[in-house]
Amino acid sequence: MEKFKKICINCPAGCHLEIEKEGDAITVRGNSCPRGIAYARQEVTDPRRVVTAVVAADAPERLFIPVKTTAPVPMAEIPELLKKLFSMRVALPVHPGDVLLKDHPSTEITVVATGTGK
Amino acid sequence: MKTRTADIAVIGGGAAGLTAAARCAAAGKKTLLIERLSRPGGVLQQCIHSGFGIHRFNEELTGPEYAHRVLTQAEEAGAEILLNATVMQIDGTGEVKTLTVYSRDEGVLLIRARAVILAMGCRERCRGNLGIPGERTAGIFNAGLAQKLINEQGLLPGTRAVIAGSGDIGLIMARRLSWCGVKVACVIEIMPYPAGLSRNIAQCLEDFDIPLLLSHTLTGIYGKKRVEYVTIAPLVNGVPDLAQEKKITCDTILFSVGLVPENELSRACGIELDPVTNGPRVDSSLMTNIPGIFSCGNVLHVHDLVDFVSDEADRAADSAVAWAAGERPGEAAITVKAGKNLRYTVPHRAEAGKTNHFYMRASTVMDKAELRVTSPEGRIIFSKKLRYVKPAEMISAAFPCPEESTYTFTLENC
Ligand SMILES: Cc1cc2nc3c(=O)[nH]c(=O)nc-3n(C[C@H](O)[C@H](O)[C@H](O)COP(=O)(O)OP(=O)(O)OC[C@H]3O[C@@H](n4cnc5c(N)ncnc54)[C@H](O)[C@@H]3O)c2cc1C
Ligand code: SF4
Repeated sequence: MEKFKKICINCPAGCHLEIEKEGDAITVRGNSCPRGIAYARQEVTDPRRVVTAVVAADAPERLFIPVKTTAPVPMAEIPELLKKLFSMRVALPVHPGDVLLKDHPSTEITVVATGTGK
Repeated sequence: MKTRTADIAVIGGGAAGLTAAARCAAAGKKTLLIERLSRPGGVLQQCIHSGFGIHRFNEELTGPEYAHRVLTQAEEAGAEILLNATVMQIDGTGEVKTLTVYSRDEGVLLIRARAVILAMGCRERCRGNLGIPGERTAGIFNAGLAQKLINEQGLLPGTRAVIAGSGDIGLIMARRLSWCGVKVACVIEIMPYPAGLSRNIAQCLEDFDIPLLLSHTLTGIYGKKRVEYVTIAPLVNGVPDLAQEKKITCDTILFSVGLVPENELSRACGIELDPVTNGPRVDSSLMTNIPGIFSCGNVLHVHDLVDFVSDEADRAADSAVAWAAGERPGEAAITVKAGKNLRYTVPHRAEAGKTNHFYMRASTVMDKAELRVTSPEGRIIFSKKLRYVKPAEMISAAFPCPEESTYTFTLENC
């Protein structure tokens, strides 16, 4: 049996989870809501994070558009994704929710704007 | 000089001001919000990470998204927003208040309103406030300033950083720098426990193997033109143990050592401040000692969650709306005191015979605790069990308040 101590990052409560993993069976203690259990399972099998960054606008003035991934991204794929975001130039205008990038580096990733940059 | 009138004037267009303006306007009051920057949203605009709005919108939003929502609410409700306009003075005497505003587009403006809501937010404490010795060289930033440079202007502050202070802004910046290719050598914290939220320790430090050195302090900053290294030492019995001093190479230092509510304007117009919160002393309607002037958000006390900022702004707005309509709140005769294990409580006075909302901060870390509110005779008026009490995480409580001269809030071990 493997034991882990993790902090649930799903909400600011930051519950301290005690996780026991035996094959596929996982028991969790310390969570205040069911989302903590899902987080624990994900964290000990395939940890993922939402990535936020800014992307430069294709504009004469210095303008940066805040962006996020619409779902948590496998941690191993984050460096590749960030490289892509740094190299991009986005045409204006941009509105919150506009899709700026899809399927990079893997098919699961969608990056949307969270602001207009202005 | 141009004069404008409104029922309610809101000073500051961050989360607090926008939420309050939306609510005042939705209640049918002519509402004018004054913001000194060229865009509304306040500190939310530079907080591109997610973690906003879970309580209020049941969704995890980024700062700009939260700003967009409350801005849209304010605009749709019909609040007028004046940008590039700074409130320089408040005259709070008399039934109608007068604000002197310097506007980029309109010059000097006088704004007259029946009620005023203070929502000016706060600013960062800096190296000077701490008295860290060493050289005065380039490469020393406040964490929030570095955040603004990276996220709003696309500028990197350096290549190898030490972060002083483990507040949330510092932790968020540790991740932001790491994702931008800047190496974070370590985060040092003078207290024996971290100042930020646990989730930020997990996702901003542990994910990147950034060491968090607790009970450590900066003992010097060195470099000619640019920072070259810092020295740090552990605290032993509250003083730096120089025998264990260590040198850490870096070209950048970020200070994340707390925020100070921005109350120069309030002080100048005679508003009484609480020396612990650095914000106005208020009653349960969030009214300051000057009748008709209300306060909410970070200018009242530093919040860690924007959801609480907006909840508080709603209450300030409701009080301002009632005031502008000519209603007068009941007397807030109960003195509220922070006792054992608590640093402060807001509001400072409560009103008997109705439900009052309280926010407070612990002065220490506790695993399990009971929040207790007692009368001068020791009768327990309210109690509530809490888990993982930390100074970083604000505690809230709301309960119907019976008549008493004083309420003392304490955190008891249990
Ligand atoms: C770096 C950082 C990270 C955070 N992360 C989170 C998080 O993950 N989740 C979460 O829920 N909360 C988070 N918070 C907390 C929350 O976002 C803030 O508490 C909240 O946004 C503050 O709102 P405010 O309106 O009180 O202040 P501000 O946003 O500071 O707004 C004040 C506004 O008033 C204006 N102003 C000041 N003086 C004047 C004047 N004289 N005239 C005109 N205008 C004036 C300023 O320009 C500013 O726009 C974070 C805070 C910071 C600083
Ligand atoms: S377990 Fe639930 S309440 Fe606790 S941090 Fe996770 S999401 Fe939040």
